[in-house]
Amino acid sequence: MSRRYDSRTTIFSPEGRLYQVEYAMEAIGNAGTAIGILSKDGVVLVGEKKVTSKLLQTSTSTEKMYKIDDHVACAVAGIMSDANILINTARVQAQRYTFSYQEPMPVEQLVQSLCDTKQGYTQFGGLRPFGVSFLFAGWDKNFGFQLYMSDPSGNYGGWKAAAIGANNQAAQSMLKQDYKDDLTREEAVQLALKVLSKTMDSTSLTSEKLELAEVFLSPSGNVKYQVCSPDSLSKLLVKFGVTQPAAEAS
Amino acid sequence: MECVFGLVGNGFAVVAADTSAVHSILVHKSNEDKIMALDSHKLIAASGESGDRVQFTEYIQKNVALYQFRNGIPLTTAAAANFTRGELATALRKNPYFVNILLAGYDKETGPSLYYIDYISTLHKVDKGAFGYGSFFSLSLMDRHYHSGMSLEEAIDLVDKCILEIRSRLVMAPPNFVIKIVDKDGARHFAWRESIKDDSVVPSA
Repeated sequence: MSRRYDSRTTIFSPEGRLYQVEYAMEAIGNAGTAIGILSKDGVVLVGEKKVTSKLLQTSTSTEKMYKIDDHVACAVAGIMSDANILINTARVQAQRYTFSYQEPMPVEQLVQSLCDTKQGYTQFGGLRPFGVSFLFAGWDKNFGFQLYMSDPSGNYGGWKAAAIGANNQAAQSMLKQDYKDDLTREEAVQLALKVLSKTMDSTSLTSEKLELAEVFLSPSGNVKYQVCSPDSLSKLLVKFGVTQPAAEAS
Repeated sequence: MECVFGLVGNGFAVVAADTSAVHSILVHKSNEDKIMALDSHKLIAASGESGDRVQFTEYIQKNVALYQFRNGIPLTTAAAANFTRGELATALRKNPYFVNILLAGYDKETGPSLYYIDYISTLHKVDKGAFGYGSFFSLSLMDRHYHSGMSLEEAIDLVDKCILEIRSRLVMAPPNFVIKIVDKDGARHFAWRESIKDDSVVPSA
């Protein structure tokens, strides 16, 4: 019955739904999980790497986290080829703003401009929507640290803690239970790793399957985007009791 | 001939401009306000071709307002100055505006500031600046008497010194001036300095 409306992104079904957009969200449900948590002194992003083949060589240290500008980073869940396009437009937008105003782009404006692009693909004919959800972590002088989540329909919202990708519902409800206001950044990292370890399919959490990135203010007052190295990530996992030390595990 | 100048004091910025609308050898009007409020905490004082001046300052004003409506936050003075410079620079190689601008503003984080933007899109952050024939006198007087952290009284006194010098030394000195200030409470009209009354037109401010 709904077949007639499946092939067009631009047409509502009689029940008032846009199937292509819903299918895009379905596609994201199969991607690796990413979690973002806002703390009082920074924003934490963790992601699950889905790539498992030992033969695959990853060109960069991160495959889910991208720096958009000096003060904004994002985590991706969904079709990576689609995401690359959007990340590129986000970077262009950020630089274009700096060119106009000689100031860093406010985080929400950046998110909004990207979501406008996403929305366009749900309305203007013949195209499919982007199969990507984003978590944006950033800092600006007006609103401090911020975390935003966006979906293929072009919707976005500000969150204290959010999850996208596989099992995001379970992760979201765990975050809802365990999130407290006034978390420190370290506590946020701990919470994020804990939630990810419980919602991931694999039994043991290792640094090869994980990515951790943080946005915070350095002592000099500059915004810093820092990706956790595999070594220190392994140490963190042991420290927080999420995984066993390597010696004992083997 | 045109005289627009301004300076930054302790917690405020002040700008003054002549109010003569001149064409060729004729004075059409002596109460033309050449200082426009960009938003609640920004003043844009402009000199140059009068059509360009009105068109361009209004264009900037409306864009600053649009930004505020779209984003819910105001532009900082620095951002507005850079935006203005950018618009002048893109127009410069197409159909240039002949306007020189002094942009004064007050921001919570940075306090008062003054930006000098000329018609070939030079942008400078300055403590004191001037445009037009009056600048020969106002710049020298401000060089002599300006110091950082001036009080409002001292600053207005200096502005009056400049106006007096212009009136006594400049051939075809404009008769009337308007003074506006911007501080933490916003941008506002401060005073007129009129030597002739233009009764035919009701003053706009």
